[in-house]
Amino acid sequence: MSSRQGTRARLQFPHPPARPDQKADFSAIVVPEAGILPVPPLDIDASGCRELAVGMVRVLDKNNRPVGPWADYLGDLSADRLRLGLRDMLKMRAIDRRMLNAQRQGKTSFYLQCTGEEAIGCCFQRELSQGDMNFPTYRQQTLLVAADYPLEQLMGQLYSNELDPLKGRQLPIMHSARDYGFFSISGNLGTQYVQAVGWAMAAALTGTGKIAAGWIGDGATASNDFHSALLTASVYMPPVVLNVVNNQWAISTYTGIAAGKSETYAARALGYGIPALRVDGNDYLAVMAVSRWAIERARQGHGPVLIEWFTYRAAAHSTSDDPSAYRPRDEARAWPLGDPIDRLKAHLIARGDWSEERHVQAEAEILDEVTAVQKAVEAHGTFVDPQPISPAEIFLNVYADMPEHLRRQRQEMGY
Amino acid sequence: MARMTMIEALRSAMDVKLGDDPSVIVFGEDVGYFGGVFRCTAGLQARYGEERVFDTPINESAIVGMAVGMAAQGMRPCVEIQFADYVFPAYDQITQEAARLRHRSNGQFTCPLVVRMPTGGGIFGGQTHSQSPEALFTHVAGLKVVIPSNPYDAKGLLIAAIEDPDPVIFLEPKRIYNGPFAGDPHGKSVPWSAHPAGDVPEEHYSIPLGKAAIRRQGSAVTVLAYGTMVHVAEATVEQTGIDAEIIDLRTLLPLDLDTIRASVAKTGRCVVIHEATRTSGFGAELIAEVQEACFWHLRAPIQRVAGWDAPYPHAQEWDYFPGPDRIARALQQAMEA
Repeated sequence: MSSRQGTRARLQFPHPPARPDQKADFSAIVVPEAGILPVPPLDIDASGCRELAVGMVRVLDKNNRPVGPWADYLGDLSADRLRLGLRDMLKMRAIDRRMLNAQRQGKTSFYLQCTGEEAIGCCFQRELSQGDMNFPTYRQQTLLVAADYPLEQLMGQLYSNELDPLKGRQLPIMHSARDYGFFSISGNLGTQYVQAVGWAMAAALTGTGKIAAGWIGDGATASNDFHSALLTASVYMPPVVLNVVNNQWAISTYTGIAAGKSETYAARALGYGIPALRVDGNDYLAVMAVSRWAIERARQGHGPVLIEWFTYRAAAHSTSDDPSAYRPRDEARAWPLGDPIDRLKAHLIARGDWSEERHVQAEAEILDEVTAVQKAVEAHGTFVDPQPISPAEIFLNVYADMPEHLRRQRQEMGY
Repeated sequence: MARMTMIEALRSAMDVKLGDDPSVIVFGEDVGYFGGVFRCTAGLQARYGEERVFDTPINESAIVGMAVGMAAQGMRPCVEIQFADYVFPAYDQITQEAARLRHRSNGQFTCPLVVRMPTGGGIFGGQTHSQSPEALFTHVAGLKVVIPSNPYDAKGLLIAAIEDPDPVIFLEPKRIYNGPFAGDPHGKSVPWSAHPAGDVPEEHYSIPLGKAAIRRQGSAVTVLAYGTMVHVAEATVEQTGIDAEIIDLRTLLPLDLDTIRASVAKTGRCVVIHEATRTSGFGAELIAEVQEACFWHLRAPIQRVAGWDAPYPHAQEWDYFPGPDRIARALQQAMEA
């Protein structure tokens, strides 16, 4: 009896390293040295990518200096390009701050911050070309900010007011901006990943020379469409960059619940025959180097590539979430890859192209800019002070032409 | 004009559209080289090349998900789900993505997509080769749902579906792929070549979505049916001698209420027939619409003949399939009330 008990199968239930009453513990996370991984040829296949998929591409060293082959790949970067990156990230953080505040004041019903993840989308977008299409999740507002999407429209959507390009139909943060390479966000996780593959296939079939970029979080890699996308990308080899933003958390669920015994998310792609790299997502220069390489690879017709951006979700999941219920309060501060803004700032200072004073000044200027737009947008209505969009908008765009049953329902409503 | 089966008519529709619109693309499981398990796409890959007609992995969510991405860029994918019974892994992509893309993006992105799928029973298909899931799509705002009952309509409706700017669920009753079916499994099988609707123009034509067809003029009772059941209803009416007006809905969403209203206003009686299970089936919607629109014209309770509320069985095929006996009883009840 006892021997049988001793050999019975036991289930594994992965747990995060620390819970709210414990000290943050990232001792299990291996942070490799910057500059040790090679830049593979653009036409590399999955079998040659193993060290890149289980290691971590990092460019900025401890002294915030770029080192190694990926730094060489980037070559000399102008101070303006790097200051633009810093400005994008500061703008993103200012928007997050203002909009979190607006939600707390009841001016919008809901918001999602991307604190700590700014480098990834802000930098990736700057490497894309006009006509390329992102298939983002709800945590890639960074792509819109770096695409210079008008803040009036971004905030109009968040306030569901008359400036909202989506006419109040969508939950705040579910943006859609076709002209800015930003596909309509859906609340259903994972779906956009395989749609990105389809878009890229269409781009290849019609010879547009454009590429698609899919985006997914670590938790949503468990969805069926993650598999669907990797499989179809592997079968048809379209020009798509498949991004996995591993921020360690899916609402309250620790990333180990999504990953199981996988080595890394990047390594999963190798099993599909798709080259993959894991990258320090808080290192703006690493993001730039790998984005540039992957986008170029896709554009030159070498097929799909997957990038796992290793980062940390520093803020709450959303304005409806309280992370202190499931993780240590100080966990973000303990995150070994630090903060992307702090690191790029330190690099620019180390280059002699920035200073503490200029940084403080820039932060204040950007916050003022954002606040000014926010005030102007709020004049068009907020949740506490609504200027409602016509209820008849409900019935428009369900179909190209309104069928009779919708006409009747609109009349029933009084329009 | 040519003689075509429904299979040939559907193939001809795709052939015409592949030929006249470079944005049309056809794919699905076994659809390419082999030409489809029902031969609906036979020869198309050879004619138009692999970039226009191709095979996919066995992943319905991927088939529709890729198509949504392509359609959003302006292509017109006409994809196949091998059996309607297998559409469920794609349900998320169809109902939450394809159906809503235009609305949620305020028209920035659209989804001119057709999802073809063989549907219905009467072929000893058992649980997963016989289902009729139309109600699971008619409940979804943003979709159109079409089901033809003969080769002429099949081609015209499929061309209209491919040309439609919105996503269309295109259900093909496989029982009548090769010939009409009167509901008697021991009866002589009739090929489409012996039926007037087997005459199909080889060139382009279309039948507008959202328009029903009156298959038999009558004054005693209105029969609302679609797909295979149109033929079973026609045969039953001939046998019983009841002067029924048989309406083939052809498009379930949007529904041609004008034709239905005019008929029931004339007859004062209505029988609804479908293969799908009864509870919350599309028949419930039809009955509700008729009740609301024609209450003062009705002289009898509206009758409904449907599949039983059980999974589709194998051995008991003809006890499950709503055949002529059950339809005749419903017609008589409607007449006697």
